[in-house]
Amino acid sequence: MLSSQIAAATAPLDGTVARWVWLVPVLPLAGFVINGLLSLGGAYHAGPPDPGLAHSGEAEDAVSHGGGDAAAHASHAVPRHRFAGIVSVVGPAVLLLAFALTVAIWAAMVQSGSTAPYVQVYFPWMPVGDLHLDAAFQLDQLAIVMMLVITGVGSLIHVFSVGYMRDDPGYPRYFAYLNLFVFFMLVLVLGANYPILFIGWEGVGLCSYLLIGFWFSDKANADAGKKAFIVNRIGDFGFLIAMFLIFVNLKTLDLTAIDASQLVEGGPLVTTICLFLFLGCAGKSAQIPLYIWLPDAMAGPTPVSALIHAATMVTAGVYLIARSNALFSIAPAASLTVAVVGGLTAIFAASIGLKQWDIKKVLAYSTVSQLGYMFVGVGVGAYAAGIFHLVTHAFFKALLFLGAGSVIYAMHEAYHHSGSHDDAQDMRNMGGLRAFMPVTWVVMWVATLAIAGIPPFAGFFSKDDILGSVFARAQGSTLADATWLGIPGSAVLYAVYGIGLVAAFMTAIYMTRMMLYTFHGPNRTGERERTHLREAPWIMTGPLVVLAALSAAGGWLNLPSIIPAGPVGLLEGWLDPVVGAGTRRVTAQAVEFPASTEWVLIAVAVAVAAGGIALAWSRLRPESLVPKNASAAAEGFAGVLEHKYYVDEIYDAAIVHPTVEISRGLLWRGIDAGLIDGLVVNGSAYLARLTGWIGSQLQTGRVGTYAWVLVFGVLAVLGAFTLK
Amino acid sequence: MLAESLFFSAVLFTIGVVGVLTRRNAIIVFMCVELMLNAVNLTFIAFAQIYGVAGQIFVFFVMTVAAAEAAVGLAIIIALFRHRHTVNLQDINVLKG
Repeated sequence: MLSSQIAAATAPLDGTVARWVWLVPVLPLAGFVINGLLSLGGAYHAGPPDPGLAHSGEAEDAVSHGGGDAAAHASHAVPRHRFAGIVSVVGPAVLLLAFALTVAIWAAMVQSGSTAPYVQVYFPWMPVGDLHLDAAFQLDQLAIVMMLVITGVGSLIHVFSVGYMRDDPGYPRYFAYLNLFVFFMLVLVLGANYPILFIGWEGVGLCSYLLIGFWFSDKANADAGKKAFIVNRIGDFGFLIAMFLIFVNLKTLDLTAIDASQLVEGGPLVTTICLFLFLGCAGKSAQIPLYIWLPDAMAGPTPVSALIHAATMVTAGVYLIARSNALFSIAPAASLTVAVVGGLTAIFAASIGLKQWDIKKVLAYSTVSQLGYMFVGVGVGAYAAGIFHLVTHAFFKALLFLGAGSVIYAMHEAYHHSGSHDDAQDMRNMGGLRAFMPVTWVVMWVATLAIAGIPPFAGFFSKDDILGSVFARAQGSTLADATWLGIPGSAVLYAVYGIGLVAAFMTAIYMTRMMLYTFHGPNRTGERERTHLREAPWIMTGPLVVLAALSAAGGWLNLPSIIPAGPVGLLEGWLDPVVGAGTRRVTAQAVEFPASTEWVLIAVAVAVAAGGIALAWSRLRPESLVPKNASAAAEGFAGVLEHKYYVDEIYDAAIVHPTVEISRGLLWRGIDAGLIDGLVVNGSAYLARLTGWIGSQLQTGRVGTYAWVLVFGVLAVLGAFTLK
Repeated sequence: MLAESLFFSAVLFTIGVVGVLTRRNAIIVFMCVELMLNAVNLTFIAFAQIYGVAGQIFVFFVMTVAAAEAAVGLAIIIALFRHRHTVNLQDINVLKG
């Protein structure tokens, strides 16, 4: 209580609306409680049929059969949940309220102009020995940006979900999980020390697991959830080790109290801490080698993919590195590792995305690839650029996923009316949807141009910011002077820049390919389905339009000084109190580029993006596609790409299978059944039985034996007395 | 005089103990118990020469108890014999729980 008063008394934000910051996460938590109770109240046993049965049994998106006219449909077997009406209000309302409050807090921060973090201490959480952890939130410039994205984009996705999920029998459960996710995500970005952050980190992982396996009656979905959870544990192990190392060496885990100057710059300790932190980030943010869970996570409902697996949770790793910039900026080797892994992930995932047929898988690999970009940004010390790409990516990737959701919804409706069980997510079954879904078509193109990096859409500015930063830091930065595995940092950064350009080229190709196959060319759905294809209701298209506007205009958040089409570098200036010191430490001896060089960089980036779109547009022929069931398997390298480089199979053979075998042969049969059960459990029982048997043999029931024992006992006692 | 008495008493007692331990007939074991009791009586008497009359009084108690014991013990042996048709202690192991 006392400490909170002290903290409040010194904070310039005291007395403003910022004192309500705790309410922002509490609102979604309240939504979780209400929706969770409603989901219990609804009768699971009332016999809504297994949603998995309505599908072909593959790991496909089990979209509910909904829509205004579907209720009147005679074969409509799945009843709406009885509390669907309340949930439709509560679920999005708590998010909209949280967003409104966040905007008010942000306005208060702008007004106060304070740069110091505003820490609210609620109660001492873990006062153990030297460890003093408080349950505390820290509001600063980075946290508020993340909060605006989470609650803003989150609100739009919640509204979209009302249309997309309303007819699902698990509707209240869905919103309960979604609200809970937002709560944990806000805890993650607001936590004033690493353990609080870690609570949010684990909480979002839990919600991700719950929502990936939302249609758990289909085993593939449940397995995908487990895969995500287990792969994330590997990363969390790294995060934990990093926290232990920070505490042991710096004696604190509070974000404001960590003093990186106590560590040797570029020394092995800080490098180790940063690499372990990055292992955590690689798990959460799906980087090589832990990216494999994210494509499988598409088994969840599509709005979940948009919110958790594109816009917010998977960017937590980027947030963590930006948050820990004081450490990363003095660990050049670790930073270069981040950049290299990010670059490799970007190009690797983009190449897989070139040959995927499932519309959500394309977007999933695209997300992995774009996350790689963000890590390149924060890896080269351009923390603001990484966060900038995080924000714009949240806009356009959420839009792409929701647009894909809108397409899948329409396909599913059509298949439902015709009774077909074809794959509603396979692009080979789509085609020509432009005529049926004009709004979705337009907004998806906006998002495609944004992600490809075509000016003036948002992705152009953020991607250019990152690539430009990489290029700039290849000369005259601490990274360029360092070495990475014996390679000069300068060469590494030029290579990452090149990889980034190639990945951007591929991004343009696979996104154009997706648009061509989905919306252009002839329609391949079949005659009976075609008559039922129609645009989604306004509650779904509305959020799409808002996100399209943001994707188009998001670049104005952080205009480069070379393109002064408005206030320049807004986001970078805003984040400066948090990440500025770290950035300046990396770029201390940076050389200014002439404007001509910057224009060349921009021209190259735009040319690459436009070239990719033009290549895809001119070479890909949607007319020649045949529906999935009639398609032949791809051959050669295309087949390798379609099978995702067989990484899942390799992991299965190299890690999963040996683990299972060792577990079964050694741990189960050897240690558990042999040592524990055999020696310890049964052995101690045998020992007790043996002792009892020996004792029982003494009891013969014959008086003579007892007399002998008695006499020897007396003699022993007498002897003992005598000898003493 | 004391030493001889104590030695004789010890010999009697040892004979009694060995008899209890080695003989199988319940009657003989019983008689050996009596022998041990009387060995103790002899000790009491012997020490009464030095320490006063209390030892002699104790002997009366012991003889009384021994008489009672003989009555009960012989009754048990007879009951046992009626039941098991033997007084051989090797064959009687009913004291097992």
